[in-house]
Amino acid sequence: MAELQLKSVEKMYGNGFKAVHGIDLDVKDGEFMVLVGPSGCAKSTTLRMIAGLETISGGEIRIGDRIINDLTPGKRGIAMVFQNYALYPHMKVRKNLSFGLKLKRKPKDEIEASTGEVSGILEIDELLDRLPKQLSGGQAQRVAVGRALIKSPEVFLFDEPLSNLDAKLRASMRVRITDLHKRLRDEGRPATVIYVTHDQVEAMTMGDRICVMKDGHIMQVADPVTLYEKPANAFVAGFIGMPEMNLADAELTMDGTPKLTLAGQTISAPADLSARLNAAPGPVTLGIRPQHMTIETDGAADAFSGVIHNIEFMGHEVNVHVTIGDAAFIAVVPTEKFDLKLQRGDRVGLRPTGVQMHIFDRASGENVSLAE
Amino acid sequence: MTAMPQISADTLANMEKQRRRARISSTFRYSLLIIVGLIMVYPLVWMFGASFKTNAEIFSSPSFWPKEPTVQGYIDGWKTSTPYTFAKFFMNSMMIIIPKMIGTAISCTLVAYGFARFDFPFKKIIFSTVIATLLLPNVVTRIPQYLLFRDIGWLDSFLPLWVPSALAGDAFFVFMLIQFLRAIPRDMEEAARVDGANTLQTLIYIVVPMLTPALISVCLFQFMWTMNDFLGPLIYLSSVENYPISLALKLSIDTTEAFAWNQILAMSCLALAPSLIVFFMAQKYFIEGISTGGVKG
Ligand SMILES: Nc1ncnc2c1ncn2[C@@H]1O[C@H](COP(=O)(O)OP(=O)(O)OP(=O)(O)O)[C@@H](O)[C@H]1O
Ligand SMILES: [Mg+2]
Repeated sequence: MAELQLKSVEKMYGNGFKAVHGIDLDVKDGEFMVLVGPSGCAKSTTLRMIAGLETISGGEIRIGDRIINDLTPGKRGIAMVFQNYALYPHMKVRKNLSFGLKLKRKPKDEIEASTGEVSGILEIDELLDRLPKQLSGGQAQRVAVGRALIKSPEVFLFDEPLSNLDAKLRASMRVRITDLHKRLRDEGRPATVIYVTHDQVEAMTMGDRICVMKDGHIMQVADPVTLYEKPANAFVAGFIGMPEMNLADAELTMDGTPKLTLAGQTISAPADLSARLNAAPGPVTLGIRPQHMTIETDGAADAFSGVIHNIEFMGHEVNVHVTIGDAAFIAVVPTEKFDLKLQRGDRVGLRPTGVQMHIFDRASGENVSLAE
Repeated sequence: MTAMPQISADTLANMEKQRRRARISSTFRYSLLIIVGLIMVYPLVWMFGASFKTNAEIFSSPSFWPKEPTVQGYIDGWKTSTPYTFAKFFMNSMMIIIPKMIGTAISCTLVAYGFARFDFPFKKIIFSTVIATLLLPNVVTRIPQYLLFRDIGWLDSFLPLWVPSALAGDAFFVFMLIQFLRAIPRDMEEAARVDGANTLQTLIYIVVPMLTPALISVCLFQFMWTMNDFLGPLIYLSSVENYPISLALKLSIDTTEAFAWNQILAMSCLALAPSLIVFFMAQKYFIEGISTGGVKG
C-alpha cells in the first residue's frame, strides 16, 4: 500500500543552507495531502526529496514499507507534474505520454491501450499527434497530468501545477484534478497525492489534509475545517483565511473572568472564548477573523473603540478597516447589516462575537485557546 | 474654417518631402553597401572567372571575365602532377573530416553535459582549465603534441588529426555547448529521470534532441575549419597519398617549375564547393544554434 512517511527529514544544500529542519509527515494511502506555505518555505525542496531529485541530508522517507532514500526517481513508484509542464519538446504528445512505459520495456499493445485510456480520461485524444509547442497552457498541463497518470504510480507529486494558468482555467483544472483523485479511489486504485501550492484556495478546496509549512518547519497538519477553526499557532491563523485574521498584541488579565486589554481599552472575553482558554495572564497575541466581528455604535459594551480609515464595498459584504490604537483591524460585515452612512474618520465600536477568536502565546505563537 | 484645408495641404507637402528624402537616403545607403559588398566579394569572383582562363591570360588582364573560356585548367588540375587524381585528395579530406566531426560531436556533448549538469569534486578548477586552453595560442601545443604523436608512432596517419578532437580537445565547442545547455531548463531532464531514465538515456533521448541546433553548428564549424586547416596535415602527414585538399593545392605550387595558376585556381574553386554546399544546406540550424547559445547563455 502506498502510504508515505517522512521521519525527521532534513535538507542541507551544498552552500550550507539548511532548508528543511527535520520534518515528520504521515500521508495515508489514497490521501490528498497539500503542502502549503509562503514562498521559500521549502515546499518544493520537500517534494523533490520525495521524488528523488534532491538528496536527503538526514532522516528517512518510506513509501509503503520500502525506505526510498537511496532509490533513483524511476524506482520509487512516483510520478511528478511540474509547474511549467516540462513536456519533452521534441516528442509528440503520444510519445510524451508513453516515454516512461517505453523505458520500462512494456509491450507495444499495452502501451497503446494505456495511452488510449489516459487520453480519454483527460480528453486529450485529439492532441496526441501534436508537439508540445502546439498546445495551450491548459492542454499542456493536462498532458503533463496524463504523463503522470499513465504510469499508475503509488504516489503522485504535484509542484504548483496550476500557477501558470489564468484564474478561470485554474478553477476548472482544480476540479478536474480532484475529480480524477476521487475517480481513482472509486475504481479501487486509490492514489496518494502530495500537492504543493502557495495558494490557500487550492489548498483548502483540494486537500483531504493540509500541511502548512514555514521556513523548513511544519506548522500544522490538519483537515481544512480544523485548520480554519483551530489553528495551532499564530502563523497558521494568519496564513489561512481571506482576508487575513486580525492579529494584535494584547494583555490578558484574570480578575474573576478573563479580560483583554488592547490599546488601553479593556473588555471581558466572550463566553465562547473563556470556555476554551488555557492561558496564564500576561502579554498575548489576540486573533479575530474579520468575519467574526460586528460594528457597533461607539461606546457599546464589550467592544473596542476605533476609527474607520477605509471602507471597501464588495457588493454582498463590506470590508471595514478600523484602527484601534496602533493596531489595524479589518471587519467583514454583510451589506445589509452595515450602516452605509458611516464614513472614513467615524468612530465605531468593534465587538468580537467570540466565535473564531483566539489567544496566542506572545513568545511561542502557540494557540492557548484550544482547550476542550 | 478656411484655415483647416490650408494646414492639411501644408502637412501633405511636408510628408511628401519627408518621404522623398527617406527614399533618397535609402537608395544611397544601399548603393554604398552594394559597392562595399562587391569589393569584398571581388577576389572570389575573380578567382572563379580566372579558373576558366588560360595560364597566359591570367596575368594579362585584371578583368574577371575570361576572353576565351576553357576548362583546361580543371582537366589538368584534376589529373595533378602526382600519381593520384584530385578525387583522391577529396577522399582524404573527407576521411579526416567525417570521423573528426563525429568524434567532436560525441565527445563535446558528453563533456559539456557533465559540466553543465553535474557537480563533482574540483569542477571549478577543471572547468577553468578547459576554458584556459581556449586562450592558449594553438602553436604552443604543436611541438609537444608532435613529439607525443611521434613517440606513439602515429605520424603520417590520420590519428593525430582525429584523436585530440575525439577527446573533446576543442574547448571552444565544449564552451559553446555548455552555454547552450545552461539556457535549457532542467525540468525536462528531471521529468525523464522521474519517468525512469538513467543518466545516459536522459542524455540520448532528451538532451541531445534539444541540443540538435547547437550540435549542427558544432559540426559545421568543425567541417569548415578542418577543410581549411593547412598546418595540422602539413605537420603530421608526409606521404602524398594521405594529403587532404589543402595540402594538395600547395603541392601543385611546389612541384611544377612554371606555376600553372589556372589549375590551382580551378582546384581552389572545387575545394570551396563542399563547405559552401554544407553551409547552405544547414544554414537555418546553424544561425539558430549560434544565436540561441549566445543570447540566452
Ligand atoms: N539549490 C539550492 N541551493 C541552496 N539553497 C536553495 C537551493 N534551492 C532552494 N534553496 C533555498 O531553500 C529554500 C526553500 O526553497 P524551495 O524552492 O523549496 O521553496 P518553495 O517553498 O518551493 O518556494 P516557492 O513557493 O517560491 O516555490 C529557499 O530559501 C531557497 O532559497
Ligand atoms: Mg517551489
